[in-house]
Amino acid sequence: MKWALLLLAALVPLSPALAQDDACETGKPLVPSEAVLPRAAAAVTQHHSLNIVVLGTGSSTLPPPAGEKAAYPARLQVALAGLLSRVAVKVMPEVKTRQTAAEMLEQALPGIAQQRPALIIWQTGTVDAIKGVDPEEFRATLDQGVEMLQADGVDVVFMNMQYSPRTDAMISIHAYAENMRWVALQHDVPLFDRFALMKHWTELGTFDLYDASKNTNTAERVHDCIGKLLAGLIAGAVKDAGTPAPETR
Amino acid sequence: MVESNYPVARMVVLEKRPEPMPPAAAVAAAPARAAAPAARDLRLDLFRGIALWLIFLDHIPSNIVSWVTIRNYGFSDAAEMFVFISGYTAAFVYGRAMRERGFLVAGARILKRAWQVYVAHVFLFVVYLAEIAYVSKNFESSLYAEEWNIFDFLKQPDVTLFEALVLKFKPVNMDVLPLYIVLLLGFPAALWLLLRRPALALAASGALYALARTFEWNIPAYPSGEWVFNPLAWQLLFVIGAWCGVGGAERLAGLIRSRVVAALAVAYLAFAFAIVMTWYFPRYGYLVPRWLGEIIYPIDKANLDVLRLLHFLALAVLAVRFVPPGWPALNSPLFRPAILCGQHSLEIFCLGVFLAFAGHFIRVELSGGPLIQLLISLTGIGVMIGVAWLLTWYQALEGRGPTRRTPNADLAGGDV
Repeated sequence: MKWALLLLAALVPLSPALAQDDACETGKPLVPSEAVLPRAAAAVTQHHSLNIVVLGTGSSTLPPPAGEKAAYPARLQVALAGLLSRVAVKVMPEVKTRQTAAEMLEQALPGIAQQRPALIIWQTGTVDAIKGVDPEEFRATLDQGVEMLQADGVDVVFMNMQYSPRTDAMISIHAYAENMRWVALQHDVPLFDRFALMKHWTELGTFDLYDASKNTNTAERVHDCIGKLLAGLIAGAVKDAGTPAPETR
Repeated sequence: MVESNYPVARMVVLEKRPEPMPPAAAVAAAPARAAAPAARDLRLDLFRGIALWLIFLDHIPSNIVSWVTIRNYGFSDAAEMFVFISGYTAAFVYGRAMRERGFLVAGARILKRAWQVYVAHVFLFVVYLAEIAYVSKNFESSLYAEEWNIFDFLKQPDVTLFEALVLKFKPVNMDVLPLYIVLLLGFPAALWLLLRRPALALAASGALYALARTFEWNIPAYPSGEWVFNPLAWQLLFVIGAWCGVGGAERLAGLIRSRVVAALAVAYLAFAFAIVMTWYFPRYGYLVPRWLGEIIYPIDKANLDVLRLLHFLALAVLAVRFVPPGWPALNSPLFRPAILCGQHSLEIFCLGVFLAFAGHFIRVELSGGPLIQLLISLTGIGVMIGVAWLLTWYQALEGRGPTRRTPNADLAGGDV
């Protein structure tokens, strides 16, 4: 009985989300608000510029006709430019499909580190989960990558997998998501939990991710929301670095 | 329909016939005897039935109802309940067989059970293949272009089918039965030792657990990686359950009644709850000190993380404390459905996996919001209860009610 009460009490915080109108807004509680990005913040205060690289795989872009313009990196640039009005925001996608984290570390990261962006959004995990890469190796790769980037003066934000209801029962994501969470925690890397976010939307019926094929619009709206929420996270972290941001918008 | 089941079900349960027990078996049955002489401990069936429902709810993708399941409020989940109770009942029933009829007969029965579980697993795999072959054909999404590569394995059925038959290829959510098969294969030897030197058996199991975790021993999987439930680690929970089943539970009774232990269990559950909440509400993540995070993460389900094991044990201590063996409510109609499901766990487990596939299929075809999810969940549990009742009815027809265990050892004890 006590258990039942405990469970009920735990469900209460979830219910207000149902009442909100704006689709993107319903995801806000799932985005970290206390993120700190000191290197990106320094770039903003010193140079009034913010160069961001999105290193990702297939889920960081959209196929034509929507294409790159509708994908979240582009949406992030628009949203972030709106939030940081006096800063020159530039988001550069470095997207290549079917890349594991290890392949990114080997092939893409050295070049990106040389470009010296202030921040890199590292989207990974899906391909590793599909290929069944050893989770320990996956973790070691992330560790190495983050250490390398931070040593080069680049901040990192992790983005994990998409939630895909149709294939959810077919891809074993848990171990990879856990390892990302852990590496993020160890290196003070904010984790943008795309998986939890999209799962939340599916459960609430905000987006019908089962049927994303019939409605081509859904993919674009999801990417738009991801871009906006990511912009909120980054803006909150660079506006007042060092102290926990009260509220990201 | 469910209502009308109760009279029949109750009749079966009330039909307990105390059986004469040889002295050795009486010792083994001691924990349950506290409830009723030689009667099945209904608490085991109750909790196993509940675990079966939770596993079903967790297996339906994006199901809002799965928020009620325990995995969202702590480290452990229904899998732990399931493995522990299976170890307990297996030891209880096969232990008795081993005492009465010897190692060879009991061992042979256990292996026969492993074969039955294997057949059930292969059956489920075929259902699974049919479902995903369908799902993969009728869907193209710009959002999930990448995830679609998962269906590549359908292009080479020769390899896939073979790897599935040797238990190396196991789709997600189909890991529990292979684990159980391996546990049963090793169980004759473990039980032999448990009956002679229970403490030594427990220590050996703990040592294997520690070694497997330290040296990362596991069974390889296909196409790569290792088993999601590492049998070399999870055997510990099974053996702990079995140890309780052959009399360990009674030795622990004093410990379980202790207030200090209960307080520790509550404190640990509260701690786990707080940590898990920071996963769902990342804005409070900063409240977890870094040193603590470094100790607890990552929580390793494959190798039965110590945090998960402790979480389950804390839950078990409280469950045993608040649900005493002779609790009258165990015979009330309220708990009857869960108990019925728990009494036919292999069948109901398979049915649950099948229904989760069916639920997934319905969502794919109809989509729908929380209401549909609720409907699918409730219907599924209703079907599970209905089938469990039907199985009990068949048993009664054949004159072997679930409470007469001796001729029915495989069904009762071998149940997953």
